[in-house]
Amino acid sequence: MGALQSYRLRVQRRRWRIRAFRKRRELNSIADRTKHIRRGDILVFSTLRNEKIRLPFFLKYYRDIGVNHFFIVDNGSTDGSAEYLADQPDVSLWHTESGYKRARFGVDWLNWLQMRYADGHWALVVDPDEFLVYPFCDTRPLRALTDWLDASSIKSFSAMLLDMYPKGRIDAEPYQAGQDPLQIANWFDSGNYTITKNKIFGNLWIQGGPRQRVFFPDKPAKAPALNKIPLVKWDRKYAYVSSTHMLLPRGLNLVYDEWGGEKASGVLLHTKFLDTFTAKAAEELERKQHYAASVEYKAYAETLQDDPELWCKWSEKYINWRQLEILGLMSKGNWA
Amino acid sequence: MSVGIIMLVHTALARAEQVARHWAAAGCPVVIHVDKAVPRKTYAAFSASLADIPDVKLCVRHRCEWGTWGIVAGAQSASELMLKSFPDVRHVYLASGACLPLRPVQELIDYLDSRPRTDFIESATTADVPWTVGGLDHERFTMRFPFSWKKHRYLFDRYVLLQRRIGYKRRIPNGILPHMGSQWWCLTRQTLSAILEDPERATYDRYFSKVWIPDESYFQTLARQYSTNIESRSLTLSKFDFQGKPHIFYDDHLQLLRRSDCFVARKIWPHADRLYDAFLTDSAGAMKRTEPNPGKIDRIFAKAVERRTRGRPGLYMQGRWPNDGWDNGMTSSKYSVFEGFSDLFEDFESWLGKATGARVHGHLYGPEQVEYHGGQNIINGALSDSAAIRDYNPKGFLTNLIWNTRGERQCFQFGPRDNQDISWDLAKDPNAQISVISGAWAVPLFFSNKNFAEIRAEAARLQRIESQHLDVLRSPYSKARIRIWSMAEFIEAPMEPLQTIIDEIGPKNMRRLAEAPKMVDLSGFGQFLQNLKNQGMHPYLMGDFPVTNDKNLAPRKSRKPYLVQ
Repeated sequence: MGALQSYRLRVQRRRWRIRAFRKRRELNSIADRTKHIRRGDILVFSTLRNEKIRLPFFLKYYRDIGVNHFFIVDNGSTDGSAEYLADQPDVSLWHTESGYKRARFGVDWLNWLQMRYADGHWALVVDPDEFLVYPFCDTRPLRALTDWLDASSIKSFSAMLLDMYPKGRIDAEPYQAGQDPLQIANWFDSGNYTITKNKIFGNLWIQGGPRQRVFFPDKPAKAPALNKIPLVKWDRKYAYVSSTHMLLPRGLNLVYDEWGGEKASGVLLHTKFLDTFTAKAAEELERKQHYAASVEYKAYAETLQDDPELWCKWSEKYINWRQLEILGLMSKGNWA
Repeated sequence: MSVGIIMLVHTALARAEQVARHWAAAGCPVVIHVDKAVPRKTYAAFSASLADIPDVKLCVRHRCEWGTWGIVAGAQSASELMLKSFPDVRHVYLASGACLPLRPVQELIDYLDSRPRTDFIESATTADVPWTVGGLDHERFTMRFPFSWKKHRYLFDRYVLLQRRIGYKRRIPNGILPHMGSQWWCLTRQTLSAILEDPERATYDRYFSKVWIPDESYFQTLARQYSTNIESRSLTLSKFDFQGKPHIFYDDHLQLLRRSDCFVARKIWPHADRLYDAFLTDSAGAMKRTEPNPGKIDRIFAKAVERRTRGRPGLYMQGRWPNDGWDNGMTSSKYSVFEGFSDLFEDFESWLGKATGARVHGHLYGPEQVEYHGGQNIINGALSDSAAIRDYNPKGFLTNLIWNTRGERQCFQFGPRDNQDISWDLAKDPNAQISVISGAWAVPLFFSNKNFAEIRAEAARLQRIESQHLDVLRSPYSKARIRIWSMAEFIEAPMEPLQTIIDEIGPKNMRRLAEAPKMVDLSGFGQFLQNLKNQGMHPYLMGDFPVTNDKNLAPRKSRKPYLVQ
């Protein structure tokens, strides 16, 4: 990494931050409860559209592990998500009708909110269908993890996206509001992930899982990226570059050990594949607001219409984080 | 009132107060040193909250930054106050605010009462301790460290380097021999007062105040000067990770701590309510009276360090992406690669499966698709048989396959028709056992019903590919267990090499091979090669086949094992 490259990245980071600053105009505050935030609070940031059915469990899950405040950008929901969220005592809500794609899939909006509110806090950026699993999450609250990360001078925590799916047709069992989606979508691919390293940003690029296996068997390069760094001790000067896949400054992307050891890491259980998915895919295809001209949704639509099943004989049934750690999808690192 | 407790506190004051009350309730006087970095208001509140206990005192505050003299100064002030205010105290126990007594205090009192002259302080010479982090062991006593390691790491490192370059060495006063050890000790009044009242103390203090991490060496060194009876171990259970930071205990460590038999543990997470509730009660007396033995918990923390520093070989994941050569083995276990065998033998795969009990795949790197064992289209870990996915990351495919099937030996076929991108990785992997019959790719061509011109072109192509592959296998960088026979050489006595390979795969299979795989009928093969030569293509990898030798070369079915036991 030469000085020139370093400088380029610095400029790029500034560009993302200025962009986020400009995009702040697109956000209208609906409910601002940020004055309740205390020093050391753990914050969740999320962008969503028409996710009302998922919200009760989403909020409960993160409240239970110790999140103190939610920052949510509602991108033009029409299903009452906004009204529901505005009533929650620990949610600050913003509304926008602007393009998701123009805001680089929400990254600009959240970068702005984080710049404004997350400085000095542990900030977790997740979608409403993503559930963070970290080592010892069944016995230790999230604060235990962030305290340990603080004590170890670690600023960012990696949690790879793990696609969960039901056995049988994905629309067989309807999801009810408030229900744990993992009761329905509780299977995953355990060992078909491949990694390459992004030389410029230093992050790992992970692909694989059921989406590559079923939707992209002939064009594996198009499969979505699964590497995520959702939990960061935020500083005003940081910026997410592309979703939560990578950040600047690039040191934050070094969530892996290069000398043979394992660094502590978690998993984001991705419960996208429920019965709600088919309708969502149809709508998103219409809106064309997703990554790479919604290539993912096109592939889903082509494949899932006839046979909406992701399950296979070698799918693994989810039990707990220890199972994921034994399988090698996450690690305790030196946290014991 | 024979044991006095010194507590060094800098954060989580509420927990410190709780523990101080626990000590005091059991009749141990407590002197608390609060870091000067704690704001005055917080300190005042803390002080007020403890005002109702007569045997708890607060001493003069010093600034305690990790690795600096302040911690020792704090311990000194607290010790002086303790010895002066509580003349009955015989042992002084140094603890921190994050320490938690694991056994009833009375047990500690009894234990120390029966050892009235013993100083418990871990103290070893620098040459003998493995746990110094950052390479500064003896140098921490012979250099100066005016810069903070935490705040000014760059200056710290540069200054160390500079001193090394110019060979600067401090003189160690009065020829004392530096010792190091855990900073949590328990000293007798005799020893401690001797250290504090030493006429040379000013000299020592001046010297140690510039030593790196003096709290691990000041008392440890000076106790050696005065103590008559040092027991070199700490009564405090404290585990350190690979960077020298203490491991933290949480609620789920409760059973582990119960079994530890140590008197005091550190450090406890301030929000570990269950631990504080369980150990700070009077009814905790149900634990058995045994010698402290921190060894019982060692394993779990040693494993954590091992995982962090060595990792699981053959696993590549979001938290483990080793640089070239730092992977402790590319794959997680041994596997075998067979080249040319399935061309030469009709039933090689099923025969090998029977002979070894291993899982035998076809050509995993075959051009059309991944040929898994038994024609499956998906395998352990939901690995797909799509050639495109495999070719997208050939090495990742292999490491995934071997990782997913841990505990079961994998064998697969390989040849010049397959994707060669994996060639170097196979050759460099010490876990690979590669057996090659060179030139055997000509056999399917020999049987094929193609025009001879096509056959000739294909033979030339395959020979070129295999020749390059063999160069890789024979390169000085290859680490695999590699055996190469030319085809002519191999069919001379096929049982012998087969026996060697099989013996290497399965140590449990001690019987000699009774049945050989069935070799294809090679009559006419010599002439086939000659035809290729006549067309200007030179097949050489298969060795020398006489043109006229048309007798059946396949071993007879009833062939006896080549060696009689």
